[in-house]
Amino acid sequence: MIQTLFGSVEQEPTLLEKLKSGVQKTRAGLVTRLEDALSGKKEIDADLLDELEYTLISADIGVSTTNEILDRIRERVDRKLIGDASELRSLIREQLLEILEGSERPMPHVFEPPAVVMVVGVNGAGKTTTIGKLASRFQGEGRSVLLCAADTFRAAAIEQLEVWGERTGTEVIRQKPGSDPSAVLFDALHAARARKVDYVIVDTAGRLQTKTNLMAELEKMRRTASRVIPDAPHEVLLVLDATTGQNGLEQARKFTESSGVTGIVLTKLDGTAKGGVVVAIARELRLPIRYIGVGEQAGDLLPFEAESFIASLFE
Amino acid sequence: MFDNLSEKLQRVFKNLRGEGRLTAENMDAALREIRVALLEADVNFRVVKQLIEAVKVKAMGEEVLQALSPSQQVIAIVRDELIKVLGSHESKLRFSNDPPSVFLIVGLQGSGKTTSTGKLARWLSKNGHRPLVVSVDIYRPAAREQLNVIAKQINIPIYFGAPGEALPVDLARSAKLEATNSGRDVLLVDTAGRLHIDDDLMGELQQLKELLGPVEILFVADAMTGQDAVKSAEEFHKRLGITGVILTKMDGDARGGAALSIRHVTGQPLKFVGVGEKPDAFEPFYPDRAASRILGMGDILSFIEKAEEFVDKKQAEQMQQKLMDNEFTLEDFRNQIRQMRKIGSLDSILKMMPQVGMLKELQNVKVDEGEMTRVVAIIDSMTPRERNNHMIINGNRRRRIAKGSGTSVQDVNQLLKQYTQTRKMMKSFSGGMLGGMLGGKSGGKMAGKLGKMKLPPGFGF
Repeated sequence: MIQTLFGSVEQEPTLLEKLKSGVQKTRAGLVTRLEDALSGKKEIDADLLDELEYTLISADIGVSTTNEILDRIRERVDRKLIGDASELRSLIREQLLEILEGSERPMPHVFEPPAVVMVVGVNGAGKTTTIGKLASRFQGEGRSVLLCAADTFRAAAIEQLEVWGERTGTEVIRQKPGSDPSAVLFDALHAARARKVDYVIVDTAGRLQTKTNLMAELEKMRRTASRVIPDAPHEVLLVLDATTGQNGLEQARKFTESSGVTGIVLTKLDGTAKGGVVVAIARELRLPIRYIGVGEQAGDLLPFEAESFIASLFE
Repeated sequence: MFDNLSEKLQRVFKNLRGEGRLTAENMDAALREIRVALLEADVNFRVVKQLIEAVKVKAMGEEVLQALSPSQQVIAIVRDELIKVLGSHESKLRFSNDPPSVFLIVGLQGSGKTTSTGKLARWLSKNGHRPLVVSVDIYRPAAREQLNVIAKQINIPIYFGAPGEALPVDLARSAKLEATNSGRDVLLVDTAGRLHIDDDLMGELQQLKELLGPVEILFVADAMTGQDAVKSAEEFHKRLGITGVILTKMDGDARGGAALSIRHVTGQPLKFVGVGEKPDAFEPFYPDRAASRILGMGDILSFIEKAEEFVDKKQAEQMQQKLMDNEFTLEDFRNQIRQMRKIGSLDSILKMMPQVGMLKELQNVKVDEGEMTRVVAIIDSMTPRERNNHMIINGNRRRRIAKGSGTSVQDVNQLLKQYTQTRKMMKSFSGGMLGGMLGGKSGGKMAGKLGKMKLPPGFGF
């Protein structure tokens, strides 16, 4: 059982255990400070609200979302609807839950395999590692998987995916470095149909969302996919590094525009970063958060749970 | 998207009419805006707090300058303060008297260590050094292969390890020996990405440090990092004593507030920035540019520097004279387009512009590179006489030009119209280069606005 700002949390041993087990976090300070603030004072005063603001902004939730939450709290305090610091917990929790409502949606079921999952994101977000984990996860569900090495740009990206292919016993469709990503995708989709696999997971090169020509390349890949398999890609996952700050919102916007993102994978949550920018993303773009990454092993990919995510913001 | 800070401040001061100077009241409103701007740029919360205090003290004691409006004055103070924190001049690398000088490259996963190692190696060799690189990342799949590929690309030797060498310390030790034996003066050690709270792996870095005695321990940080930057940088510094920072992915649109946070908590200088995926997309860090960028004022200095690198100064002066004399011909128009394209894609040029005033609209302009090619093709299809005097281009000539360039008469008409507009506009705006560059579809209009825009203090051409 874990003590958080919102009392004890049960029911989600997977996430919290994982978060705890991997590495010992240096999380002292914040909880203590906040608990002190909450227990030491009955009245909600400016100091306490400052403390809350600090907590939310430190989690990368962003100024506007934080202000929105704090404004609502101030309003209720002014109208004397809450006067006790302890009531704050449930209030903040409610507000965040409201924003993250609908973020828990799992990937939709594809009736006619292969389901094509494209994985996109900026450089170094953790796309290839996430793909390895996804492959292992789908296989664990008894599904067959094919990997498509469409990051033909970065040095040794294909080799990296191939190592994951070996680890998970999954075939990797590849071409030479530097070849057209859409051509690799084309091959992979035909192979997937011929072999009747359930999932094709497509690795793409990392790209900053400001590079218009590279973003156009993703659009082309989408078109290629839909020419081979009418509904493809069925899922486009944006991999987002939890250490990312406010730029994450811009990433989500631009990638959604060009590649039609359908869900987010939040990686590197085993560090001290909270990944709060997904709250801002959920608020603005209503994108579901499919999975979270909590380590480097194949099993370190978990379904997103809003409740425990919110709890972790205050740890 | 969030507004630009200078716009916000202008609004703040406008609302306080009659206040031509800094007072306690209007300062508070201004400081609030500055605070939001810094937080949105991902500067750490605590660092922001201290900065605001410093700015407040400074601003209140400041004499009112006649030349600057209050908002300009406040921005100047904030910018100075940011530059002060970021370090007042670019930092050099240290080298050992007893070569090889070992540089340890460390950081979180995905921050860009391997790419930066390659770029730094290339930069060193361009600056008269003989680097050797080695990757001791035995964890991430194909990480060592990645550095191998990069080293081949940039033609830098790599120590790839002997059979049976599987531990980072073994690889590092042999690489150092190899560097000594082959007369390399710098050894770059690319380490595995790790979390700052991963005790075992942080211990491994300490071991490497002890073994190699590096003169530089460079912490590679992603410019997009948020509030957590302070925690990771602090921990790496505590365990290893980093000597400098490489800020990567600065070619994106992140404001890079993490730079400020990292510098603040470690006290160590930012030495380089990564600005692209190509091996040469690597530059020394300039505090003044970073400060402007954090404040959303663009990176006009980088732009000017880049322009200077490609534009022939003499030619530019001639051009300016021609503009003033209204002798700007289609030939010149074409030359300008060609010159601008040497600098980079229009998109990348626009990215470097400050998002100030009217220029902000430019950020949303879709630049059609194909359109530029068409324009050049049309001018190419003209005779030299036509290029020197557009007045003689009649209907017949237009048809011929259209045919020759594979366009339509309408396209030719449009170009000529655009050219005459540009010419008219440029007469009133002598900063030739900018006008010429915007020769796209709405070039005339945009450049016209450019002529009227106000740049923040210190940004005059």
